[in-house]
Amino acid sequence: MKQLLPAVALALGLLVAGQPAARAEGGEQLMSSGSNVRDQASLQRGAKLFFNYCVGCHSLKYMRYSRIADDLGLTEQQVMQNLNFTGAKFDDPVISHMPAEDATKWFGKDPPDLSLEVSAKGADWVYTYLNTFYLDPKSPIGWNNTTLPNAAMPFPLWELQGQQTAVMKPGTDEVEKLDLAHPGKLTPAQYQQTSRDLVNFLEYVSEPAALQRHDYGVWVVLFLALFTLLAYFLKKEYWKDVH
Amino acid sequence: MANVFASLGDWVNERAPGLAPVYRKHMTEYYAPKNFNLWYYFGSLALLVLVNQIVTGIFLTMNYNPSAAGAFDSVQYIMRDVEWGWLIRYMHSTGASLFFVVVFLHMFRGIMYGSYKKPRELVWLLGMLIFLVLMAEAFMGYVLPWGNMSFWGAKVIVSLFGTIPVIGSHLVEWIMGDFLPADATLNRFFALHVIALPIVLLLLVVLHLAALHEVGSNNPDGVDVKHGPKGNRWSPSAPTDGIPFHPYYTVKDLVGVGFFLIVAAFIIFFAPTFGGWFLEHDNSIMANNLVTPAEIKPVWYFTPFYAIVRMIPSFAGTAVWGVLAMFGAIAVLFLLPWFDRGQVKSIRYRGTGYKVALGLFVLAFFGLGAVGAGITAEVIPEWFGNVDLTTWENAFGRTMTLIYFGFFAFLWAYTHFGWEKTKPVPDRVTTHD
Repeated sequence: MKQLLPAVALALGLLVAGQPAARAEGGEQLMSSGSNVRDQASLQRGAKLFFNYCVGCHSLKYMRYSRIADDLGLTEQQVMQNLNFTGAKFDDPVISHMPAEDATKWFGKDPPDLSLEVSAKGADWVYTYLNTFYLDPKSPIGWNNTTLPNAAMPFPLWELQGQQTAVMKPGTDEVEKLDLAHPGKLTPAQYQQTSRDLVNFLEYVSEPAALQRHDYGVWVVLFLALFTLLAYFLKKEYWKDVH
Repeated sequence: MANVFASLGDWVNERAPGLAPVYRKHMTEYYAPKNFNLWYYFGSLALLVLVNQIVTGIFLTMNYNPSAAGAFDSVQYIMRDVEWGWLIRYMHSTGASLFFVVVFLHMFRGIMYGSYKKPRELVWLLGMLIFLVLMAEAFMGYVLPWGNMSFWGAKVIVSLFGTIPVIGSHLVEWIMGDFLPADATLNRFFALHVIALPIVLLLLVVLHLAALHEVGSNNPDGVDVKHGPKGNRWSPSAPTDGIPFHPYYTVKDLVGVGFFLIVAAFIIFFAPTFGGWFLEHDNSIMANNLVTPAEIKPVWYFTPFYAIVRMIPSFAGTAVWGVLAMFGAIAVLFLLPWFDRGQVKSIRYRGTGYKVALGLFVLAFFGLGAVGAGITAEVIPEWFGNVDLTTWENAFGRTMTLIYFGFFAFLWAYTHFGWEKTKPVPDRVTTHD
C-alpha cells in the first residue's frame, strides 16, 4: 500500500491541475473573468450589452428570448421591448439579421454563433479577448487583438473602453503591452465590470441549465448524505452478529 | 397484506419452481467471505453505473438525432429544451467517466489480491472481455455528440487501423463507411453504441457473475473460505467464514452506493465538465473537418493506451508497432493469470518485490496517462525550461511503457524462478469490515 501513495498523490495532483481551457494564441496568461452566473443583476446588464453591441453580427441560435426572460427574471414585455430588435417572436431563438454574404464580404468570414463560445473557449479567454483589442493601422479593419492575433472582428465596445494602442518589444512586431491612448466613456474599472457582465451573460447562454444545477444540487447532495447515514446505520444493525 | 404477498409467492412457485432456487443460489445462499474491505465496493458500483448508463441512455436516445447534420443540434436541444434533459445527459456523461474509475479500481483490486488466480481465471477473462467491450462502447458513445474533438478523436483512433500493412486503408474505409468520419460513421456507431455493444456487455456481465458464483469470491487475505471449516448459522455445509450475500453485503453495498452517489452528484450538479476532463472544451464546437483542434487527444480513460501508441517509433517502414503495443498492453492483462505463477494470492503475504513492482506499475499507468493527456508536454517546459520536448517526453513515456510491460515480465520471472519470499498465509480470514 505504501508504494501506492505517491501514485495516488500524483493522480490527485493531475486532476486538480485540470485540463487547460483554450490558451491565448500568443501564449499570454489569461485574465481572470471573475464571472458568476448566480449574479442575476450582472446577467441582466450583460444581456443588455449583448443585444446593444453584439447581436448585430452574432447569433445565439440555441437561446430563446423566452428562456432569457424566465432565467433572468424579466417579463415578456421587457424582453420584447429592450432586447429584441429583430422582430422575432418571444419563443424564437436569437438570430442576428446580418446576411451571411455581407458578413463574409465585410469581415472575411461569417461572425460565429456565440451560443457555446464560453463552453468552447472558457470565460477567462472571452474576458481577456474583450480587454485586449488595440488599434492596428496594419490591419484591414483597423483593429487587432493580442488574445486572438489578426482577429477579423472590429472592436464594438471601443466607445466604452476607449482605444488602446500597442507598445511593441523593441525591434520586433510582438506586443509588449497595451496602453489606453484615448479613454472611453467608462473608467478602466467600470469597463472591466462591463466586460465581466457580458462574459457572465455568455457563460449563462453556454449552459442555461447551470442555474438549475446549482439549485437542485444542494438538495440532492443533502438527501444523499441522509440516505448514506441511514444506510450506514442499517448496515451496522445487520452486521451486529458478524464476528 | 402479508397474506397477499405470500399467496402471490406460492402462485409463482407452483408455476416456476426453478426461480426461488436461483434467487437463493445467487443472493441469500451465496456465501461471501466476511472480510471484504473498501476495495470490494467497486464491483457492485460498476453494476450500478451500468444500469445508470442504460436508463439514461434510453432517454437520451428519445431525443438524440444520429445524423451528421442534426447530432450536435440535438444534444443542445437535450441540454436546453428537453425537460430534465441536462440532468439525463450529465448523468450519462459523468457515468461514462465514473464507469472507468470504478472499473479501473475493481481491476486493481483483482490484481492486488490475486483474484485472477486459480480457480478464478475464467472470472478474470470474462472481466477483461467486459473491459474491452466497454472501451469500444465508450469510444463510440464519445463520437455521437459530434463535437470537433469527437470527430478528430474518431478520425485518429480509426486511422490506427490504417497502420496495418496491405489491408489498412481499406479497413479504415470499411469501418467508417466513408473517407472521413461522416454520416455513415455516426449512424453505425449509434447502432453499435445503443444496441449491439450493450447487449454483449450485459451478457458478459451475467457470465462474469455466474462464473464468480461457481467458484466463490476471493477476499483481501486471498484465503479460500470454501477450503476452511464448514458450518455457520445458516447452513451446516456453508463455509464458517462466509456470510449470505443478501442481506449482509446488499446492505453494506448500499452504504458504498450512498458515498458513490454523493461524489457523482457533486460532479453532475457542480462540475459536470470536471474541468474539461469529462466533457472537453473542443466538443462545444461542432465537428468540422477543416478546423483541427489545437491538440487532439482522447478522453482521459484512453490516455495511457494512447500514449503507448505515441511512444513506440515506427520502423521497417510501418507504424503498426505502436498499435500492436497498445493492443498488447491489454492482451498482457488478459494473460495475467499465466504470467503470475505465485501460489500466494493477496498482496498482504507476497514478497517485497511484488509490492514494489505493483507500485511501479500503477505509477507507469498514471505516467502514461499524463503523456497521453498532454500533461507532460505542458509540464516539461515549465519545470525544466528550454529543453527539447520530444526527446524528454519520449524518454519519460518510453520508460513508463517499459515499466508497464516490465511488470508482467518481472512477475513471471519472479514467480517462475522462485525468487519471491512470501509470508505465511493464515488458515482463516483475519479481519472483517
